[in-house]
Amino acid sequence: MKDLTKLSLAETRNGLRAGDFSAVDVTSAYLDAIGAANERLNAYVAVAEEQALDMARASDDRLAKGEGGALEGVPLGIKDLFATRGLHTQAGSHILDGFKPEYESFVTANLWADGAVLLGKLNMDEFAMGSSNETSHYGPVINPWRAEGSDDDLVPGGSSGGSAAAVSAWLCAGATATDTGGSIRQPAAFTGTVGIKPTYGRCSRWGVVAFASSLDQAGPITRTVEDSAILLTSMAGFDPMDSTSMDVDVPDFAAAVERGVKGLTIGIPREYRLEGMPGEIEKLWQQGIEWLKAEGATVRDISLPHTKYALPAYYIVAPAEASSNLARYDGVKYGLRVAGDSIEDMYELTRAAGFGREVQRRVMIGTYVLSAGYYDAYYVRAQKVRTLIKQDFEKVFAEGVDAILTPATPSAAFRVGDASMAADPVKMYLNDIFTVTVNMAGLPGISVPAGKDGAGLPLGLQLIGKPFDEETLFAAGRVIERSSGQDFSPKRWW
Amino acid sequence: MTILDTRTPIPDYFIAGATGDWEMVIGLEVHAQVTSRSKLFSASSTQFGEPPNANVSFIDAAMPGMLPVINEECVHQAIRTGLGLKAKINTRSLFDRKNYFYPDLPQGYQISQFKDPIVGEGEVHLDMGEKIGIVTVGIERLHLEQDAGKSIHDLDPSMSFVDLNRSGVALMEIVSKPDIRSSAEARAYITKLRTILRYLGTCDGNMEQGSLRADINVSVRRPGGEFGTRCEIKNVNSVRFAGQAIEYEARRQIDILEDGGEVIQQTRLFDPKSGETRAMRSKEEAHDYRYFPDPDLLPLEFDQALVDRLAADLPELPDEKQARLIRDYGITTYDASVLVADRASADFYESVAKGRDGKLAANWVINDLFGRLAKEGLDVTNSPVSAEQLGRIIDLIVGGDISGKIAKELFEIVWSEGGDPAEIVESRGMKQVSDTGAIEKIVDEIIAANPEQAAKVKDKPSMIGWFVGQVMKASQGKANPKAVNEILRAKLGL
Repeated sequence: MKDLTKLSLAETRNGLRAGDFSAVDVTSAYLDAIGAANERLNAYVAVAEEQALDMARASDDRLAKGEGGALEGVPLGIKDLFATRGLHTQAGSHILDGFKPEYESFVTANLWADGAVLLGKLNMDEFAMGSSNETSHYGPVINPWRAEGSDDDLVPGGSSGGSAAAVSAWLCAGATATDTGGSIRQPAAFTGTVGIKPTYGRCSRWGVVAFASSLDQAGPITRTVEDSAILLTSMAGFDPMDSTSMDVDVPDFAAAVERGVKGLTIGIPREYRLEGMPGEIEKLWQQGIEWLKAEGATVRDISLPHTKYALPAYYIVAPAEASSNLARYDGVKYGLRVAGDSIEDMYELTRAAGFGREVQRRVMIGTYVLSAGYYDAYYVRAQKVRTLIKQDFEKVFAEGVDAILTPATPSAAFRVGDASMAADPVKMYLNDIFTVTVNMAGLPGISVPAGKDGAGLPLGLQLIGKPFDEETLFAAGRVIERSSGQDFSPKRWW
Repeated sequence: MTILDTRTPIPDYFIAGATGDWEMVIGLEVHAQVTSRSKLFSASSTQFGEPPNANVSFIDAAMPGMLPVINEECVHQAIRTGLGLKAKINTRSLFDRKNYFYPDLPQGYQISQFKDPIVGEGEVHLDMGEKIGIVTVGIERLHLEQDAGKSIHDLDPSMSFVDLNRSGVALMEIVSKPDIRSSAEARAYITKLRTILRYLGTCDGNMEQGSLRADINVSVRRPGGEFGTRCEIKNVNSVRFAGQAIEYEARRQIDILEDGGEVIQQTRLFDPKSGETRAMRSKEEAHDYRYFPDPDLLPLEFDQALVDRLAADLPELPDEKQARLIRDYGITTYDASVLVADRASADFYESVAKGRDGKLAANWVINDLFGRLAKEGLDVTNSPVSAEQLGRIIDLIVGGDISGKIAKELFEIVWSEGGDPAEIVESRGMKQVSDTGAIEKIVDEIIAANPEQAAKVKDKPSMIGWFVGQVMKASQGKANPKAVNEILRAKLGL
């Protein structure tokens, strides 16, 4: 039989509906693939073999009766940040040791309601803090891609590194991920996959372990633009249990994928042309412009003047919220507890042992910027910057721009254990330079593989859209995907 | 912030010290538990007295990924309370996080309102008696916040237990201005506030169950002088303790100042056993709560129309009710103040007084009924004598059917046996004798039997009382005293 793991999510779904293969067949194929690859790639932190096969059998029953939802029988990987009832949910952290929630996140509940099959939980940077998946308590995820002529392990990006690697290496038909500053789009770009961070409020945050509440947003990582559209349609929706969830209709995103870009105006922000940016990124960006023009889009230079303040402001807002969100991990109620002589002692020992270095760093930054005497200088100013960033976008959209094209990342995937990044956290933070603005403004952004660097590693382009206009991003993203015409399958070495 | 001194010093309140007079300055922060079926941000029950941790949802336990959703009823209750305090209602307010670690605070932060509370400035009027008159205490603000759980330290030698039943229950923190100048005023303020809350139905005011507790800020100064340094006495849970704590604390501060010392700003606890306050923590040890807007909640916004609708449905409040009772029933200010102290008493009184002599009704309700209820430890809601029964007793008095003395006997019978007062009077022959012939006969007999007294009475007219007594005794109290008096005067030639 054909390798079922090599199908796109859409092909898998269609094949199941047509009865070409069963949900048990495709689920078993993925479980086998995970079994063969995970020791090397470390994409999954928990594999739910029995549950997956049970769900697959139930899907097959429904399919046999001609029933079934939009994702009936489609095997998915779930980022460890999503609460999955009775199953490993630790946000890549030691401090949540043994935590198995008695509830299911709104987003994953939507997926199961649509018939999807849960393969397991995907590795990630601890509490979604990182751009290389090296901060995970479960160790780094290895990128399925390698530079030509090199055996060096590369990072898959982060924080949704497990999701990106698993999709790229055919260890699931699609994956859920989350994006607070670029955590969907950057790993998608590093692994030749498609990832979309929808508009803030599009997907419920209920049951998603919080990093920075005003920035966190769930979205899919998949192998094609169409697959992302299908998966997001199921994930999204209004949730009265999340006060920041928006009560707007969820369109059938897949219907927009082949809409094309004819008549659209695409903005090219001059502030994203960074000093010292690699020539191949610049070249790829230009190529993207040409592709969109060729399909009938109008391309226009635009200015987003406050872009340069986005990253520093992000590294105030996100740690501030995180320092408060992570206060609940105190050893009292669940997860890790390291006994101490007093309650304060227990708190300190538990949190010192339970949180990794990057999480501790951000909790300290966040605590500092919220402290009396510093709050106005840091947090309040960062919020003002945030408003200005939002206004930059509102202005260009009001002037007729439909979407904005930028590079997704300033480089291709780098080596695991990169010494310069380890020595300088800011260098690591710069990975998000093109993506954080989108979170700060609450807008949707998609990363689509568009080309390769000199070493044959995938590079992505990012499209930024108007609030709740993910459809335009799918349409324009599809044009880039189709125009590039390249194969973004990693050469199997694992 | 400058604090305005709205009061003129009252010498009656001055505390004599070795170096001269002192004056107290007091401000209160009252925490009132909102009457609502469910908690401020979760659907858990607020029922008091449940087994530990029976009323705990995933949200109350701060499980990862859980989100708060505002309880509309709690918002309505806060608005009602604001209206009852004649306060400004803010149609836009914000929820902030107050960050600190404690085992009974599962989130690691309390959701409160710091900068922009739901209710702004208002006022409460205290009737401090004829000499001092009405005192107005300014309300600074009212805000909504979550209660914490309860830590229990005495069940195990080495471990503490946590009960989260109260965790997340809605509280209104009602902050007064520093307008209070004596412990009597502070007691009157708490009592009055409790009365208003109970009238509104927004807090049950049960201090022994912790539904109402006060943090009391006390400082002393030379009468009318500069404000002194204050100490805050935390969590006082009875009106009596509030008075004791204030008296002790003021004396303590005066002693320090008169010894040439300085009052240190600190948080103190009142020990009801010793009647003393003792230091909890000083300003230097104060927490830095790192307040910031809760990113899980949108600003709380509502229309003025909602406020107007709630205002229209507001019950008559104690001050208005008191004024109306004085106006409509001609009763004294004092009697009216006693009657409006709780809504049930006022309602009972009005049922009795409607269509009757208001003063007579007030005497009977306050002196006879309330006196008796107090003696038996009952309150008006479980009075053995109903308003209807008491009304009929009064009707019998006014109609001349029974004397006041017989009425008291009748009241006792109705109290212990129940029944229709008119029927009791009839069946037990208690009806007053107004038949002058019958009375004349008795009078004649008494005069005839006591010739010496009859002779003396001409010189000493006050002795008529003795004759009245004899006649009443002979008639078993049933003779109409007025008629007895008239006939005696005629026959004795007075």
